[in-house]
Amino acid sequence: MFSGFMINTWVVASIVAATAGLVGFFVVVRGASFAAHALPLSTFPGAAAAALLGVNEIGGLIVFAGFGVIGIHLLGRRGRPEVATALILVLLLALGTLFLSQTREYSQSVYALLFGQVLGVGAADIGPVAVISVLAAAATLVLFRPLLLSSMSSELAHARGVSDRRIDLGFLAILALASSVALPVVGALLAFSLTVGPASAARGLTDRPAVAAALSVAISLVTIWGAIALSYVTDWPVGSFVGVGGAIAYGIGRFRVRFRRMCSAIEA
Amino acid sequence: MSAGLVMVIAPGFFTNGPVHVAIAIGGSAALVSAAVGVFIVMRGQSFAGHALADISSAGGSAAVLFGIRPLFGFLAMAALGAGGMEIIGARRVRERDLVTGIVLGAGLGLTALFLYLDVTSTSATGAAASVMFGSMFAIPPSTIPLVIGVGIIALLASGLLYRPLLLISLDPDLAASRGVSVRWIGLLHLLALALAVSLSAMTIGAILATALLIGPAASALHVARRPGSAILIAALIGLIATWGGILLAYDSFTWTPGHGWPVSFFVVVIIFAFYLVAVSAGRALARDRAVRAGG
Amino acid sequence: MDDESGVLAVERLSVSIGGRAVLTDVDFQLVQGAFCGLIGANGSGKTTLLRTILGLIRPENGSVRIGAGPGRGSVGYVPQKIQFDPLMPLRARDVVALGLDGHRFGLPLPSACRRAAVEEMLVAVDASGFADRRIGDLSGGQQQRVMIAHALIRRPRLLLLDEPLANLDIRSVAEVVALLRRLSDEHRITVLLSAHDMNPLLPVMDRIVYLANGGAVSGEVQDVVRGSVLSRLYGYHIDVIRVHGRILVVASGVTEAFDSYIESEPVHVARIP
Repeated sequence: MFSGFMINTWVVASIVAATAGLVGFFVVVRGASFAAHALPLSTFPGAAAAALLGVNEIGGLIVFAGFGVIGIHLLGRRGRPEVATALILVLLLALGTLFLSQTREYSQSVYALLFGQVLGVGAADIGPVAVISVLAAAATLVLFRPLLLSSMSSELAHARGVSDRRIDLGFLAILALASSVALPVVGALLAFSLTVGPASAARGLTDRPAVAAALSVAISLVTIWGAIALSYVTDWPVGSFVGVGGAIAYGIGRFRVRFRRMCSAIEA
Repeated sequence: MSAGLVMVIAPGFFTNGPVHVAIAIGGSAALVSAAVGVFIVMRGQSFAGHALADISSAGGSAAVLFGIRPLFGFLAMAALGAGGMEIIGARRVRERDLVTGIVLGAGLGLTALFLYLDVTSTSATGAAASVMFGSMFAIPPSTIPLVIGVGIIALLASGLLYRPLLLISLDPDLAASRGVSVRWIGLLHLLALALAVSLSAMTIGAILATALLIGPAASALHVARRPGSAILIAALIGLIATWGGILLAYDSFTWTPGHGWPVSFFVVVIIFAFYLVAVSAGRALARDRAVRAGG
Repeated sequence: MDDESGVLAVERLSVSIGGRAVLTDVDFQLVQGAFCGLIGANGSGKTTLLRTILGLIRPENGSVRIGAGPGRGSVGYVPQKIQFDPLMPLRARDVVALGLDGHRFGLPLPSACRRAAVEEMLVAVDASGFADRRIGDLSGGQQQRVMIAHALIRRPRLLLLDEPLANLDIRSVAEVVALLRRLSDEHRITVLLSAHDMNPLLPVMDRIVYLANGGAVSGEVQDVVRGSVLSRLYGYHIDVIRVHGRILVVASGVTEAFDSYIESEPVHVARIP
């Protein structure tokens, strides 16, 4: 399990999962679940286009993630934001299926892009993935307090000079970056589970924001490591374990909160 | 004149078997989606609608694995998903979205598994593409009566739920005081949603079914004043999008010889175009109404 | 600002929202340490006025001047009831800390100075008992106290509160009002808080700004809350009734000669035996 090419897998997956955990903390705190689901999916045509044109995949992912961010941000202001998110998402997906239909291995690519092909990760990928992940993580840390303040009350943040709209756009951009590197590992559809599941567990385990963010990273790492190990042993796709793992993490979080409430009610 | 017509409609369109099937099924999907979708959008449940569509893919891929009709697979999974979301349920919108996302993630995890098993244990190599993005021209004609049946059930359900749903959308407490069982109606609505979603999933794929569900409905709501007219407009847009998509996909076989462009692509693009038009038209209409009301 | 003790000067302020005039020619001043109630019915423009003072809304006409002090730092703000997500991992302590540096970029370095400031604020609002509990788990009154600490931690000269007493039970109302008055006295903070019922504030208010019909009257309570004054403000016949130290403002519905009424004295109801 830890031989030659698997090392690349472990390294890339860890970097991706750690970033997803950190960014995911704010996805949960800000209630941005739909956007977190939509953005990785909007990177899908990027990978498809890259495969078609034979260019670097990560570049394609980021470009289309950018389209996703801009599309959701602009269209969301004119109508209902969730409708905008849904329609931009399907538009980009449809583009992706168009690109793919022009290639020969349509179905194979569809599967890999949607659900990830973590074993197909090579040593050459480590560099770009690391750079982008560090960028996303750094941006999140830099914006930690304004993000927290604006999720508490956008009016308060506004009164303190923190522009709600800019923070929102900034966060979408961070989410887009984190999503684009997650796609090759867990696929467009399940990148979301890595961001959301661990974070929702973490917030049930502690009251302190910094600790919750750190826990979110830790749980995300444990999830992906478990998923890779299980996948190696059973040959089943990594994505399945991530999706189910995320649900279990959420359940633990909810249960923990209810448990603590019961305890404090008894003590009171 | 006829030469121009040939350019738009490639020869053989009206006599092509699979095209007939596609038109029948696509049309049904569009009608049902319009009826259900308008309320989904009005109640702000776009994410839930999208999630159910994605979740149904687990059923579709399981169906391939066990050799049963895809429609049943989509349906069963969508119904399960609807029940799951309703049971776990949450009161605050943010938490509801989170639950939706989590159930979605679990469902997709299942899809990943089934599709993998499909490829390794059956000979269905195109499973992923057809489940996720539809295979409109590959639907067997024997499905048509089934689809029409499901469609009629969904439309009847929507008709029955129409007034209670309107009341609930206005104010859930008000509805409850009038004797409307908010929880049951919500569940029934989600089940109608499951029906609509599975029909669309069969035609343009699980992932893109959302477009047919939400796009025409959202567009209609920007320009219509009453839910009734919104449903009619949504149905019209949906039909134009699906039939137009089928036509263009058929034509595309002549553009890039060898393989055509996917139907789902055209359908989504047409729906998106309508939405953009509707948003601008909606703004102009609103301004117009405000002026006329003596602002 | 020439007058050293002047903290807030609102001069002939007119604000429109969506084409509709919400405030017209509002004019009043507050000195340091003043405790002022901004009273008006729902929709009278209280929130609009507060947000304009904060600089979140641009007025059509007139100006807002805030006494000497670095920019926005000299104004603390407690917005209308925030709905806290019960599952959000933020302790009361963290919320107060965000008041200090929530707008700063970068990670907060743990500093004793910061901790001391937060601790001091928590003690001042009597929140030490629940400082480490999740903000979403606290009662309305407790959350209100935390938000006050959040607003005061940067030592502003002016504190604005938007309907802080709405949705609070009677006991919490009394506690919050007493707390605000105490803080105002101890730290010489000017307080401007909005409410639709002036009665809980009667014991502590020095001044009142009464909003109605887009306009405002300001001054001391006994000068402003009179039938003649309010009738002129509303453009409608208003009676002010005082019973056992409480004030009731009612539209009378009596079709007396309007002009003569404006000149008359307020009505005092005799004690009911």
